[in-house]
Amino acid sequence: MKEVNITELERMFQEKIDQDIKIEPKDWMPDDYRETLIRQISQHAHSEIVGMLPEGNWITRAPNLRRKAVLLAKVQDEAGHGLYLYSAAETLGADREDTIDDLHSGKAKYSSIFNYPTLTWADMGAIGWLVDGAAIMNQVPICRCSYGPYARAMVRVCKEESFHQRQGFEIMMTLAKGSPEQKAMAQDALNRFWWPALMMFGPSDGESKHTAQSMKWKIKRSTNDELRQQFVDVTVPQAEMIGLTLPDADLSFNEATGHYEYGEINWAEFWEVVKGNGPCNKDRIDTRRKAKEEGQWVREAATAFAQKRAARKSA
Amino acid sequence: MSSKEWPLWEVFIRSKQGLNHKHVGSLRAADAEMALENARDVYTRRSEGISIWVVESNNVFASDPSESQEFFEPADSKIYRHPTFYDVPDGISHM
Repeated sequence: MKEVNITELERMFQEKIDQDIKIEPKDWMPDDYRETLIRQISQHAHSEIVGMLPEGNWITRAPNLRRKAVLLAKVQDEAGHGLYLYSAAETLGADREDTIDDLHSGKAKYSSIFNYPTLTWADMGAIGWLVDGAAIMNQVPICRCSYGPYARAMVRVCKEESFHQRQGFEIMMTLAKGSPEQKAMAQDALNRFWWPALMMFGPSDGESKHTAQSMKWKIKRSTNDELRQQFVDVTVPQAEMIGLTLPDADLSFNEATGHYEYGEINWAEFWEVVKGNGPCNKDRIDTRRKAKEEGQWVREAATAFAQKRAARKSA
Repeated sequence: MSSKEWPLWEVFIRSKQGLNHKHVGSLRAADAEMALENARDVYTRRSEGISIWVVESNNVFASDPSESQEFFEPADSKIYRHPTFYDVPDGISHM
């Protein structure tokens, strides 16, 4: 390769990005681009994996076989999504084992939403409808992300997740049409998950330290507040349709802008949960650590079996 | 011993008869059999494939993107390999 200095390489890199040419694993990229992507993709992977826990809590207690089969399929998809994402992070040189250890040590973050408990069956509805709905809104623009492997993983994830949101909405709709107790259960789940779902989009644009650079690199294609607004705009009519009330006294439609205006988000709560002080942070990480420790013998057995089989083949 | 020692595998899937296998991603597995089963569970949960190839990633030899200009140059200069290079007078058909 010709001798080119870093500034020149960076200029050529940005030019590719500006022309919407995808960046692939072996292409030259600035260190910060690589690090930002490793951080974002591994956080995303961790969110999928930790995201299995609140729902896993209800698999054995699903109200009927259909709901159980659906919930199992959804949780299995989340495991798959975590795996797509860990392998996308690996294409950037991240070591999978280290990445997972960073989650377990508390160094790496995951979506704040999974630190809230799932108290009733209606929470499965609220999670599918709101949490997966918000996740899809976040992920659709990432299908056009500048980094090829991440964009391709997102295409698959988005395709698979559309059923996740629908099954959640169906649970909420069924409960909302049910007995007064069932409707109250749905309303209670909505009350508890609405604000945490809005927080999933991350801090306001003014507070988000990574947004500007990530937009320039086309890792991010929309800002946190834009996506949050989009989510509110599509969700309000859905709640009205099934006769549930969003827990926000300030919510109103602005005829002039065509958007819903919503109340102040409790950012103090958001930051507490991000820092590790949410209701379930400790429990989630303990569960993941325990899963890794208790699965150790399975991994060892698989390795030993593979060695035995290889030895037998070469004998 | 941990999964760290499990090799990385590239996964290729034929989505239907008549199409070629296409790279879809990668995964970790102890051996080829486990890689195939994991590939089925991770990449074909919705009948995306009828055939899977797994190849250990360190057996894949790839061209270097920083040398791609020189590497692919021989093809770039031979425009006479394309039918549009030739003039065909009006009135000539089936060509």
